[in-house]
Amino acid sequence: MKLHEYQAKELFADAGIPTPVSQLARTVEEAVTAADDIGYPVAVKAQVQVGGRGKAGGIEIVESRDEAKEAADRILGMDLKGYHVERVLVEDAVDFANELYVSVTMDRGVGRPVVMVSTRGGVDIEAVAAEEPGAIVREHVDPAFGLFGFQARKAVHSAGIDRVVAEDVASVLSTLYGLWSERDGADAEINPLMITDDNEVVAVDAVFNVDDDALFRQPDLAELEEEDAGDELEAKANRYEFDYVRLDGNVGIIGNGAGLVMTTLDMVDYYGGAPANFLDIGGGAEAERVANALDMVFSDENAETVVFNIFGGITRGDEVATGINEALDRFEEIPKPVVVRLAGTKATEGMEILDTDRVQVEGTLEEAVRAAVAAAEVVES
Amino acid sequence: MSVLVDGDTRVVVQGITGGEGRFHTAEMLEYGTNIVAGAVPGRGGQEVAGVPVYDTVSGAVRETDANASVVFVPPAFAADALFEALDADLDVVVAITEGVPVQDMSRVYRLLGETDTHLVGPNCPGVITPGETQLGILPGNIFEPGRVGLISRSGTLTYQIVHNLTTRGFGQSTAVGIGGDPIIGTDFVEALRLFEDDPATDAVVLCGEIGGEDEEAAAAYIDEEMETPVSGFIAGRTAPPGKRMGHAGAIVSGSGTGTAQSKIEALETAGVPVGDTPEEVVEHVADLFG
Repeated sequence: MKLHEYQAKELFADAGIPTPVSQLARTVEEAVTAADDIGYPVAVKAQVQVGGRGKAGGIEIVESRDEAKEAADRILGMDLKGYHVERVLVEDAVDFANELYVSVTMDRGVGRPVVMVSTRGGVDIEAVAAEEPGAIVREHVDPAFGLFGFQARKAVHSAGIDRVVAEDVASVLSTLYGLWSERDGADAEINPLMITDDNEVVAVDAVFNVDDDALFRQPDLAELEEEDAGDELEAKANRYEFDYVRLDGNVGIIGNGAGLVMTTLDMVDYYGGAPANFLDIGGGAEAERVANALDMVFSDENAETVVFNIFGGITRGDEVATGINEALDRFEEIPKPVVVRLAGTKATEGMEILDTDRVQVEGTLEEAVRAAVAAAEVVES
Repeated sequence: MSVLVDGDTRVVVQGITGGEGRFHTAEMLEYGTNIVAGAVPGRGGQEVAGVPVYDTVSGAVRETDANASVVFVPPAFAADALFEALDADLDVVVAITEGVPVQDMSRVYRLLGETDTHLVGPNCPGVITPGETQLGILPGNIFEPGRVGLISRSGTLTYQIVHNLTTRGFGQSTAVGIGGDPIIGTDFVEALRLFEDDPATDAVVLCGEIGGEDEEAAAAYIDEEMETPVSGFIAGRTAPPGKRMGHAGAIVSGSGTGTAQSKIEALETAGVPVGDTPEEVVEHVADLFG
C-alpha cells in the first residue's frame, strides 16, 4: 500500500525528519489561501501515487497569487498517467544547493534490509542506478539488530556527502530506518533530500509504501487506504478481494493460482492473442466467487471473450463445475463467449456437469486458450 | 532415495487445530504421511484425527521424535512458529502460510542461517516424494513415483506441469514448491544442489516466474556445478512492470530487474531449454531422457 506524499510527509515529520511547511488543498480557493499563508514562492504538487509527477506536469513552482491560481486550476482535476488529481499539496519552495537521495528497502536477494545514500538525488535516480550503480552507496542491515549508528555515518561518508551536513543526513537516515522498521515499510524514500544554502537538511519529497501483509498490525496506516482513484475495475477487484491487474488486450482471463494465471496470459500471447487482465480467484471456487470473477470480466469493455482455467488440486473439479453453473445462473444472459478448461482432481466429472449451452468446454490448456483467442478475433472482425 | 522428505520423515503439524491444519492433516494422513504430532499453544492433550497435540514443538519432538514440521499457523503468528521450529532443531520445516510480513521473514531468514534446518516456503504448496510422503497441501493423486525432480515457485502451475509429466509417463522423485514470497528459505540453488546429489533424480524441471533474481542465480549454478540435466519454464512473460502478479514476489521492478526475458536468457545461456508452454517443458524432459 502506497501512502500519498502528504501522508508520508506527516509520518516523517512526526518522526523528526525536517519537511517544508505545507498545506493540503482540494479546491483552487484552498490552494490560493494556502499559498498566501505560506508565502511565495511555493510548489503546487499533484497528490497522486505515480512516479515522475514533475515531468508529467503535475508539479509547478509559482511566484505569485495569479500563478498559484492558474497552477491549481490546471493541476486539480487533471489526468496524470491515468490518475485523476483530486488534491494538491501547496508547499514552501525550498532554495537549495544540493539534492541528495536516501532510502530504505528490503533486499530480497540477500533477505536483509538495505539503506541507500547518494549525492545524485533528483529526478534521474533510476538512471543513476542503472548507469552508475557505484554512485549509490548501499549498506545492508542485520534485521536482528537494526541499523547501527556507525552504519548510517559510514554510508553518508562513503557517498561523499559534505562533512558540514553529514551528521544531519546520517540522523535522517537513522530516523528513516527506524520508521521503516516500526511501521512495516516496504520502501521508504526521500528524493530529493535537499541541502539548503544555509546547510539545512529538508525532505522535499516523501515516499512510504507499507507491506500489505503487515497492515493488520498498522491499523492507523491501513485506515489511510482509500478507494483507488485510478482504474475503476481495479477498485472493484479490491472489493471482491481478487488479485487483479488490468491489461490492454481483449481476451479476459480467470484462473486459480498466480503462476497458472500468469502462464495462461503468456499462452494467450503465444497463440497470437492479447490478455485483457490477470485475475486470480485463489483457492476454492464457490459460486459467489466465480460469479464475481465473471462480473469483473463481463464489465471490462475491452474483453471480448473469457477463458476460465482451473486446475483442481484439493478443490475438486466437480465442485468447481457446480460453482460455475450456479454463477452463470446469476446472469440473465452471457454477454461474451466463455471457454472453460478444468483439469486435475475430478476434472472429467466436472466437464460433464458444465452446461455446454452456455460455455464452451475444452480439455487442455492449449485448446482452451486457442479457442478463446479465436473467439476474440471473430468478435473483433 | 529422494530429497528433503521420505517415508521415514516424522512430521509435527504446527497449527493442527485450525481449519486448514485439520483438513490438510487428514489429507496428508490419507496419502501416507507419517504425522506423529501436532503443536498448538494451549491445546496440549487434545487429538486431531488421532494425532496427539502438544503445547510446544520441543515437547512434540521430545515425546514423538519428530524431525520435520508443516506450518499452517496464521500470518500474525507465523514467524514465532518458525522461530520455534528452528529452535527445535528440525531437519525440514515446510511453511504453507501465505501473507507473512516480509520484515518478519527477514528475521527468520537471519536465524535460519545459523541452523542446519531446511526451511521450505513460506507461501508454498509443500514438498512431496510421490508414493512415500507429502508435507503440505499438494494433491497427491496427480503425482507418480519416478525420476524427475521438480522445483517451483507456484502451486497450481506446478500441478499443471506435473499433470503433463505424469500423463506422458514421467514420474517424479520429489517435487519442492519453494513458494512465491520475496524472502523464502530454500531457494532454487539450494533445491538444485539437493537434486544434484540425489541418485534417484535423473532430470530436474525448474519452474520459475518473474521477480527477484533467483532464477538467474540458478542458471549460474547449473552452468558451473551441475551434471544433472535441467529443463525450465518461466511464467510472466506478458507481465507489465510495477504490477504485482498475485504472489508478493512476482513483480518486475520499475528499474527493469526480474523480467521473464532476463531469466529465460540466463537459463538458455546455461544450456537449459526453456519451454514456451507447459507441454513444451515435457517435450524437453522427453528429449533429456532420449
